[in-house]
Amino acid sequence: MEVKIKSMKHDDFKDNEYIDQLVEELNASGTNVVVGKLDQLINWGISNSLWPFCFGTSCCAIEFMCLGAARYDMARFGFEVARNSPRQADYIMCQGTITYRMAPALKRLYEQMAEPKYVIACGACTVSGGPFKNSYCVVKGIDEIIPVDVYLPGCPPRPEAMFYALMQLQRKIKVQKFFGGVNRKEKRKRFFEKNGE
Amino acid sequence: MADIQEKIGKLCPEAQCDGSGEFLLINVPDAQWHALAKSLKEELHFDYLTALVGVDWKDELGVMYYLTNTDTQEIIHVKVATTDRETPRLHSVSDLWAVANYQEREVYDFFGIEFINHPDMRRFFLRNDWVGFPLRKDYDASPEKNPLRLEDEENEDNTYRLVEDENGNVTRIDGKVFEDDEYVVNVGPQHPSTHGVMRYRASIEGELVKKVDVVSGYIHRGIEKMCESLMYPQTLLYTERMDYMSAHINRHCLCLCIEKAMGLEVPHRAELIRMMMDELMRLSSHLLSYGCLTMDQGATTAFFYGFRERELIYDIFDKTCGARMSMSYLTIGGVKADVHPDFIKDVRHACDVITEKMKEYHKLFTGNVIARNRMVGVGVLSKEDAINYAITGPSGRASGHHCDVRKCHPYSLYNEVEFDEITYETGDSMDRYMVRMKEMEESIKILRQCCDMLEAEGIEGEYIAKVPKLIKLPAGHWYQQVEGSRGAFGVYLESDGNPKPFQKPYRLHFQSPCFNLVGIVDLTCKDNLIADLITITASIDYVIPDIDR
Repeated sequence: MEVKIKSMKHDDFKDNEYIDQLVEELNASGTNVVVGKLDQLINWGISNSLWPFCFGTSCCAIEFMCLGAARYDMARFGFEVARNSPRQADYIMCQGTITYRMAPALKRLYEQMAEPKYVIACGACTVSGGPFKNSYCVVKGIDEIIPVDVYLPGCPPRPEAMFYALMQLQRKIKVQKFFGGVNRKEKRKRFFEKNGE
Repeated sequence: MADIQEKIGKLCPEAQCDGSGEFLLINVPDAQWHALAKSLKEELHFDYLTALVGVDWKDELGVMYYLTNTDTQEIIHVKVATTDRETPRLHSVSDLWAVANYQEREVYDFFGIEFINHPDMRRFFLRNDWVGFPLRKDYDASPEKNPLRLEDEENEDNTYRLVEDENGNVTRIDGKVFEDDEYVVNVGPQHPSTHGVMRYRASIEGELVKKVDVVSGYIHRGIEKMCESLMYPQTLLYTERMDYMSAHINRHCLCLCIEKAMGLEVPHRAELIRMMMDELMRLSSHLLSYGCLTMDQGATTAFFYGFRERELIYDIFDKTCGARMSMSYLTIGGVKADVHPDFIKDVRHACDVITEKMKEYHKLFTGNVIARNRMVGVGVLSKEDAINYAITGPSGRASGHHCDVRKCHPYSLYNEVEFDEITYETGDSMDRYMVRMKEMEESIKILRQCCDMLEAEGIEGEYIAKVPKLIKLPAGHWYQQVEGSRGAFGVYLESDGNPKPFQKPYRLHFQSPCFNLVGIVDLTCKDNLIADLITITASIDYVIPDIDR
């Protein structure tokens, strides 16, 4: 099944195998017609009005501001309502290094977000620690703390790259299942069992 | 210089002067240091504490103080050290130079040196349950000692001071940051108006702020420690990730410092390109601070205006350096590549556009009634306080502190261009905002002159000097400062001269302007409305990763 989103053609994405595999995995046990349609409706809604949570700790945040400004204008895709409270946001785009002092705060902010919630690790620091990997107080990738949906490399990533990551997230949301199938919550539970609550 | 040396000899016979370095170095025992510091400030008028650098010399722990006379712009530096590694103690100078308050807390955090008579001895950057002092040479960095903790740390309400009586006995007095009956409001670390991850704890009475306790370190990445295990060209990378809004300028500073230590001559063209990049960076930074200041007061439209023009500057960077941010363009000995053929044309175009659009900015925001009511007379910083707290850059000049490094200690080619140092008198939020707007005009003026100079040099030229593959510096220490977008940015570089296996800096300290800026939050917000805390901090315009490093 081809995952379609409005903003970009399927063939323009560089890693379609991944999303195809995900769809296959999700559909392995078949889909109920009624529930499947309901899923599609919900996903259509969520994926086209993703509200970001402003969480910028360093350089990447400036590029994210450019994303909101006139030239890149993320409002075209429904990403524009940047929220300052985690309770109103759909996804957290973590921009910038996370240090040992900040880590508990990030975890708490993530927990405060309402379901369904997604995480984009934006920039080299959040993916792996980046240039600060050898530091004594930098978290080596935020996936040590919270589960990540999309990894976005770059130091800092260009606004175009940020769009690409956001569209990847849209595609992931398009195929997710609310009812039955592989449940997101179960996946997350497994993550925290592995990494410790 | 000999004159000062003589005077210091009279003031303190124990002090040893050494005039062989770039600045006069004074070695003074800790017991005499406070008395000497007092006379240096009051009699010799060294009223501006430019930098305070903690260093671990293995056999002794100590501090380097860089002092500037604001009248004559003379710089001297003082070395005070102790051989005691178990309980190292030095005398505080925070009663003389207010900026030393936070600076000494930083040194305490990194080296464990306790300062006698310091009013508030707490850690500044690291978690309060941190084990060890990371910038000591014998620090144990094993993750078992300081694991990633996911539980919140306790609020640091307890503090202590070390008080010395007449006989020289030091006693520890415990105290509280806030009294029990104070009403404390927490702002941050995740707050849209703190411009990053900064946390304030404000004690309020009604709506008036009584005291602000700054809790920093949420983005402290330990850059200075990491630099000690890298070669010189590798350390350049981190300068761009501190104050990312003056990336070129910070990098320029470290390049200048290393070149000074090497005795390297940089081609004229390279220096010209660097200077143009600096000014473009300053423009982009001031445009951003315009956008943020306006947005913090609710003027969202003005934010879009500022960002529209910033994209022009980003395009120039993109074409020449290959990146929009964190350009990694400047390098030791010059720049990495020659400018794009369209460079001069693009810069001229950007200058024209921004000059034209500046009128729009003023029309939209400067004359606005709401903006004026919220900014005029709010958060006043006097000239004395600006010098005392070592506030430089636009915020310092708004109070009348003549501190433009481009004028006081000209570097690069700033001698060859004409521009004015913008200063205001009142030092309120409005003045700080206006200095930035006027400075943008000056930057444009500099850029236009540079364009002519670069055009006269031709399309191509020598853009980098011959630099050895392995950079070796002689033993010694150097200090270089430049005018960043937010104030005087300084680099302290110490080399032990050991060339094997490859040479790394022994100590690299970045004296960031924003670290000093955050020191005046308490002072300027006192007795103002809690709502004005946002306006004042936005007008002071700091960048958090630059504070925390």
